[in-house]
Amino acid sequence: MSIEVRHAWKRFGTFTALAGVNLSVPSGRLTALLGPSGSGKTTLLRIIAGLESPDATSDPESGKVLFHGEDVSNVPAGRRGVGFVFQHYALFRHLTVFENIAFGLSVRPRRDRPSPRQIADRVNELLDLIQLSGLGGRYPDQLSGGQRQRVALARALAVQPRVLLLDEPFGALDARVRKDLRRWLRTLHERLHVTTVFVTHDQEEALELADEVVVMNQAKVEQVGAPQEVYDRPASPFVIEFLGNVNRLERGRTPAKSVLYVRPHDIDIRREFAGEHAVPARVLHVFSAGNYGRVSLSRGDTGDTIEAEVPRQQLRELNLHDGDRVNLVFRHVRLFPAEGFREEDLPSEPSAARDAGSGI
Amino acid sequence: MSGTASTLVHVAQPHRRRTLADPPWLKRILLAVAIGFVALFLVIPLGAVFVEALRGGLRLYWAALTEPDALSAVRLTLLAAAIAVPCNVVFGLAAAWTIAKFDFRGKSVLTTLIDLPFAVSPVIAGLVYVLMFGAQGWMGEWLADRDLRIIFATPGIVLATVFVTFPLVARELIPLMQAQGRDEELAALTLGAGGWKTFWRVTLPNAKWGLFYGVVLCNARAMGEFGAVSVVSGHIRGETNTIPLHVEILYNEYQTQAAFAVASLLTLLALLTMLLKSLIEWRHRRALLAAAHAETRTFAS
Repeated sequence: MSIEVRHAWKRFGTFTALAGVNLSVPSGRLTALLGPSGSGKTTLLRIIAGLESPDATSDPESGKVLFHGEDVSNVPAGRRGVGFVFQHYALFRHLTVFENIAFGLSVRPRRDRPSPRQIADRVNELLDLIQLSGLGGRYPDQLSGGQRQRVALARALAVQPRVLLLDEPFGALDARVRKDLRRWLRTLHERLHVTTVFVTHDQEEALELADEVVVMNQAKVEQVGAPQEVYDRPASPFVIEFLGNVNRLERGRTPAKSVLYVRPHDIDIRREFAGEHAVPARVLHVFSAGNYGRVSLSRGDTGDTIEAEVPRQQLRELNLHDGDRVNLVFRHVRLFPAEGFREEDLPSEPSAARDAGSGI
Repeated sequence: MSGTASTLVHVAQPHRRRTLADPPWLKRILLAVAIGFVALFLVIPLGAVFVEALRGGLRLYWAALTEPDALSAVRLTLLAAAIAVPCNVVFGLAAAWTIAKFDFRGKSVLTTLIDLPFAVSPVIAGLVYVLMFGAQGWMGEWLADRDLRIIFATPGIVLATVFVTFPLVARELIPLMQAQGRDEELAALTLGAGGWKTFWRVTLPNAKWGLFYGVVLCNARAMGEFGAVSVVSGHIRGETNTIPLHVEILYNEYQTQAAFAVASLLTLLALLTMLLKSLIEWRHRRALLAAAHAETRTFAS
């Protein structure tokens, strides 16, 4: 079931949550809406679910929501066939896990309602799926965060939704549980192939879990693409800054009116003279964990702080100490015109950013 | 390293005790003041009610309660409460639902207005109804033409009771429903439940302890109200007297024992209310705490 949202606008008072956003989600895929808080991603998700209605504009096509080409803009949330998992799960606190999962089936009008027997079978099947069989009699406040999350998912899946929507599904969990659950959700998706959209502000989560990432910022979509593509070819300074660590260098020897971005792992540290394009710097701090070492440096000519990531082996050979003078070689940089890139309301074309080799 | 840390702890503890704990004599004095106050102003007077009521023996006590005027007062009080409580349940639920689950202009004005009956003296509340429905009131002539009596009759007493008990249910429900938020209702909605089903299967069960608590408070106030009812009642014996008004009449006629006997009924009711209240309060507070901590706990787990 593909999803399409056409030119959606939404304002809350003076705050613009969505400024003419277009979205197209392919069928059967796992799509992430990624962005900082206030970027409009949750509003967009709620509009897809029918929990929020887009603002009316003069354009009749504006704000339309289509499921598989069929206009569902005027279909109420309960009849859109969406399963929605809320950020804090919103489990019914006065009902057991079993009753929570059965809710969607048991509130159906009598003629569509499965028999109690059929409902019980379906619920038990789902309890197996979320690996919580035997806990059906518990109440939500007797469960851990990760368990609650899975119950919320089972409750949404019980009504066999055409589309599964998750709002910050791992936001309220601690790091370990989050990683396990992420892997579990990926496996589940591979099994069920329900078109799934989830909202997250965690770039690592989006890049690791999703088939496609929609990066949002300030009520607009900045870039859409596969995780690798978005990471390797960011379309705007916002995307490159939001996805992963990056050094932003403005002055120095870069051409006027442009901003230079270098990922920490694209920096080579040399003790010896490394050609006239190398940048002299001073070591501020060295720390290594795992296979990589992080080095903070102060750029010799401008004093900007630069973060570099160096394989541990190489770091050992370099034998760096705080205060050492070194030369930096940027293996790969991205260059954006500093002014007018986002102020001008142009469509963000990937060509506006061009790759530049080392030696800037 | 660890040696230093444990030394620090040893040094710190007595120091902390000295600065943070109150001296024992202060604790004892405060406790004595509190117990003395409660005994002087609550326990002794309440005990006195029952002592006075039973002074003439059980037979007289029973006679005072089963006398026709007393029975009529009990009936009227029960009737007023039986109408006022359901009215407040419906209104309280509607108001709390509106305030907790929707955003609209003038929300804070509505919240303040709900509290108004608490701020206004009950006597004023009674007078307002006399001004509106009394013989010389705005609607007096119109009512007289149709032979309808509100003031100095049962409808007036019911109106006054509804007015003074107005905020009780709503005030209990609003904070509870606000703490619980609207996510569960939205979840029910996405699962295909309509508004009515959502109300009966999600909203009401979640709010039930707050609702019970409000009903108990509302009932106690409805039965015990004196001021507003006194103004609109007219004190017609056997017709427009409620229990509190009946007690006053008996007392003014120097029928002390009978007055205390009827008063003991109200006192018993109050004690029963307190018992119910603390039982429900315990459950209600748990519900409220659970709602407030739901988010914290998801982060902690």
